Amino acid sequence: MNRLLIIGIALLLTACSDESKAPVASIDMQKQLLEQLIMAQPGDVIDIPAGTHNISRSLSLKVNGVTLRGAGMDKSILSFKDQTQGAEGLIITGDDILLEGFAVEDAKGDAIKINECRNLVIRKVRVEWTNGPDKDNGAYGLYPVQCENVLIDGSVAIGASDAGIYVGQSNQVIVKNSRAEYNVAGIEIENTTNADVFDNVATNNTGGILVFNMPNLPQPGAKTRVFNNQIFSNNTANFAPEGTAVAGVPAGSGVVINSNDEVEVFANTIKDNATANIIISSYFSSGYSDRASSEMFDPYPEAIFIYDNQFSGGGDSPDGVELQALRVAKYGLTGSFPDILWDGYVNTENLVDGKLPPGREICVRNGEAKVLNVDMANDYANVTDESAQFDCELPKLVAISLPLK
Amino acid sequence: MFERGSFPVTLDAWGLLLIQNGELIPNDRVLPYDLKSSLFTDYAHKFRTVYVPKGQQGSAADIIDLPVGSILSKTFYYPKNAEGLLKSRAESLDFGERGLRLDQVKLIETRLLVHLDEGWIGLAYVWNEMGTEATLEITGAQFDLALQTGGEEQLFRYVVPDFNQCQGCHIENMKEGSMAPVGFKSRHLDKPYEYLHKADNQLVHFASLGLIDSLIDDSVGEDYSHTVDWRDSSHSLEDRARSYLDINCGHCHNPTGPADTSGMFLSRNTTEPLRLGFCKPPVAAGQGTGGRLVGISPGQPDNSILVYRMGSLDLGAMMPELGRSLVHEEGVELISEWISELEGDC
Repeated sequence: MNRLLIIGIALLLTACSDESKAPVASIDMQKQLLEQLIMAQPGDVIDIPAGTHNISRSLSLKVNGVTLRGAGMDKSILSFKDQTQGAEGLIITGDDILLEGFAVEDAKGDAIKINECRNLVIRKVRVEWTNGPDKDNGAYGLYPVQCENVLIDGSVAIGASDAGIYVGQSNQVIVKNSRAEYNVAGIEIENTTNADVFDNVATNNTGGILVFNMPNLPQPGAKTRVFNNQIFSNNTANFAPEGTAVAGVPAGSGVVINSNDEVEVFANTIKDNATANIIISSYFSSGYSDRASSEMFDPYPEAIFIYDNQFSGGGDSPDGVELQALRVAKYGLTGSFPDILWDGYVNTENLVDGKLPPGREICVRNGEAKVLNVDMANDYANVTDESAQFDCELPKLVAISLPLK
Repeated sequence: MFERGSFPVTLDAWGLLLIQNGELIPNDRVLPYDLKSSLFTDYAHKFRTVYVPKGQQGSAADIIDLPVGSILSKTFYYPKNAEGLLKSRAESLDFGERGLRLDQVKLIETRLLVHLDEGWIGLAYVWNEMGTEATLEITGAQFDLALQTGGEEQLFRYVVPDFNQCQGCHIENMKEGSMAPVGFKSRHLDKPYEYLHKADNQLVHFASLGLIDSLIDDSVGEDYSHTVDWRDSSHSLEDRARSYLDINCGHCHNPTGPADTSGMFLSRNTTEPLRLGFCKPPVAAGQGTGGRLVGISPGQPDNSILVYRMGSLDLGAMMPELGRSLVHEEGVELISEWISELEGDC
């Protein structure tokens, strides 16, 4: 900004100016970081020194082209345990931001939120609530929303009461090499288009990897690929506050696709998720469909392609009385659900000869894996499990390539 | 970009406000003003001024486009007596001949919004204990205050925003990324003010001084009558509640604001019930739901997330996110009453 003009205005009304120097920088890390973030200029690299730094108010960055870099996710730690102000640990609005090598712990609200951006890189950053799963933990760990070109790489999210890594209302996204553990949702891609989620580990969450569309938002999501991930034992009891979108996710969900279109799930290792290794569901079984939604909203998951995953275990202890009863009735006391559970809702307006037209189906080419259609629309009246009906193929989505370093 | 050293370190260097005869008064060509309804900040009273460079003027539309060089000031203070700071007292008692009576009030901070070529910036100056000088605090400040209320004392942490946090409320358009005044809009300003020599409608007065371009007749050209003083029970509950939500929430919760991510818009011009939050499930409220299912449940304030978040002091749940450490009890009451009387079913 124009400093001459500021002085010019300042002097407009008074004859005396104040040329005194800026206050001496405090040795206090919070004040130092605040100053560096506020005074940052494009191209700046702000270092977060090694050590645990107690921060009592939100840190915010509003400048483009800034790097925030620590000495490592286990070395440079911003602890918000004693936070008294602000809804996030770190809140950022800006383009070409790089966050690297530090941790945000115990934020009272979201850990790191980036609201509207282009070209965001988050690398080797850890966000964690150190007391483990707790409904009073902050909602989101890494939380870019309304962003274009997002790379989350080698990062860790633990203990979020909503989603550990949550990419919302964005376009062109890669989440890779990351670990999400003990969150309600490990990794969630919501109302986002063109996302690749691969080489991640999602374990001990309520749901491992979620691909969701929520109503009442300007942008519906589509085109997400979930591949080469390790998604296992996501059996932590749901601890999300009632009313949230993920509060309806059953414990024991490996991958959940809800109301989203053009989703590919392939070459993952998915095992020991006690409700089902994969759930395909519509808005109507989301737990919030009795509330209002805009007419524009498409509640049905369509063009879903599941292939070449390694499934094992899982489906042996589904969350919720109805599903447990269904498991016992259909598979016996010690039996298990098939790997894929589908709520069975179909947009009947789109059916041609009783089937979804080519390109809009749910397709499964995954060895012996079967799909359990729980026929939720008819209160579980006609539950089936089969694979033949889903034996089809969809054109593959293209890999995401980002114009980022 | 600026350098911090280029900002005046003390408020008096701006020449906007003077201390004379025990009063904090506006300098020549600096006009005091007031709003119909104001943003709640821990029961602080606020003394506002506007300065527009000589020979220039803003437009008389709802969004008054003040020219580059304009400065708005807002001094946060609490009324006081021998017991200490007071939670509530009639604002008229704060004022003397020309400005704030310093024997009647304790000055806390003065925030400036300065219109540069590149846009508006915000600066917070914190008053010293004696109320004789205010110093720039780029990184904000926090301190404990106590308010006297009916023989009891309410303790709280007063928070001065840092430079970036000014944007938390003052960016109404995320795409443009520029700050804007929240209150200095015709719909909030269209009310009388007791000027030194006579009472006058503020917009008419601004126009007569040439601060804004001239108004047709002495009406303001547009009908701003639906934005009201929420405290004035002679207005309809609907107008009072919507005016309260407009000034307290609408700067973020509008189709271009930082809270557009929620899909809930609380600015005065929102008409679609779903957009206002009627029966609307939250998007990313986290613990802010308070276990409730929809933003506004007509007839049921206790089932409305809006009321929960207004009544919360949990940093991850409370709304607004910044600017308060206390619950605005009267505001919660108003919005609860409004929701109680709304008809419909989710």
